[in-house]
Amino acid sequence: MRLGETPSQTVGPYLTIGLAWDEGAYVVPEDTAGAVWISGTVYDGAGDTVSDALIETWQGPDVHWTRGVPGGGFAGFGRCPTDGGGRYRILTRLPEPVDGQAPHLDVSVFARGLLDRVVTRVYFPDHELANGGDPVLASVSDERRRTLLARQTPDGYAFDIRLQGADETVFFDV
Amino acid sequence: MTEVPAYRRPAAGTHPPLNTPAYRSTALRHPTRPLILLPQRLTELTGPVLGETLLLPTDNDLTRQYDGEPQGQRIIVHGRVLDGDGHPVARSLIEIWQANAGGRYRHGADSWPSPLDPYFDGVGRTVTDDEGRYEFVTIKPGPYPWGNHANAWRPAHIHFSLFGRAFAQRLVTQMYFPDDPLFTHDPIFNAVPDEAARRRMVAALDMERTAPRWALAFRFDVVLRGNAATPFEEVRG
Ligand SMILES: [Fe+2]
Repeated sequence: MRLGETPSQTVGPYLTIGLAWDEGAYVVPEDTAGAVWISGTVYDGAGDTVSDALIETWQGPDVHWTRGVPGGGFAGFGRCPTDGGGRYRILTRLPEPVDGQAPHLDVSVFARGLLDRVVTRVYFPDHELANGGDPVLASVSDERRRTLLARQTPDGYAFDIRLQGADETVFFDV
Repeated sequence: MTEVPAYRRPAAGTHPPLNTPAYRSTALRHPTRPLILLPQRLTELTGPVLGETLLLPTDNDLTRQYDGEPQGQRIIVHGRVLDGDGHPVARSLIEIWQANAGGRYRHGADSWPSPLDPYFDGVGRTVTDDEGRYEFVTIKPGPYPWGNHANAWRPAHIHFSLFGRAFAQRLVTQMYFPDDPLFTHDPIFNAVPDEAARRRMVAALDMERTAPRWALAFRFDVVLRGNAATPFEEVRG
């Protein structure tokens, strides 16, 4: 049997009513060894910050969370609405390389004005060797690849998302 | 890398184009570069397990989250979550949010002159059973005005968020009510190009499940992507 899929619709401006979780930003608890903040700002095509977006992160199977939700974390899943300044942040631990891919997080961006989520990936600049052999990074032009690389910060990494414009983030058709 | 099943890409016309000028907020928010094809790998073929631990007992009854009952017409909204192959999506989180009977959201950015209901938040969560079934009790939301164009009103709808089993199946959509005269005026509903696909966002009146002298029922089945490869093989983890 084949069924047609249900279409996507925008989350609209009031997404936080249904999609904000108190501890959503904490993929791992605050005192976890090796925990890092991944934080950033979402921008639109005019360079303005987007204050009604939601960022979700997913990192693939990891012995520490595939079989449950240890320590009250969210099983490798993070979720954070953007604030008034378009900012989000997620506390996690970097995933291991998997299947010949460099450490990465899959990211969904939802927002008013996005009729479907857009999907990108975060990679980490201190994994240069693994990044060099990553098949997904290799599928992106040299010029745009840097939009997928986070920057190191004192407490982790910064990863800004530009929905449109000269430095538009690379988005994937999954 | 072992061979793992991939999720089928939906037929053209199923999902709305990110660039939909009639919905003005898309103008500065849709990517202008073509999306890059991402062959689905382990990260896309797996997803979070979000189950009952997140839920409170009243999370699927939006009329019982306070000591008093909300205004408006009580309704039952139920259905199944299936994948494109007709298999149930079991034990999977569904989140909903909606306006109250007067079309007002409990949100700081919603300030149109329709009152809040002290007994209604408009937020629900549940987890599908082994057959992919779910049920909510709620209030029929009202249509509401928005700023897209002169005298713009959204048809009544309930926002639905679904996870499925894998990152590739994640879906956020809206459930509409049958025969809403506002459909023809709504650029968000009409952003879906295929008419049959648009109809899949519209719930059906369900007299069988309607509770006499209590609540009308509406049935809304949600279909997530199916497997491109027919036999499902264990994803190694
Ligand atoms: Fe809405």
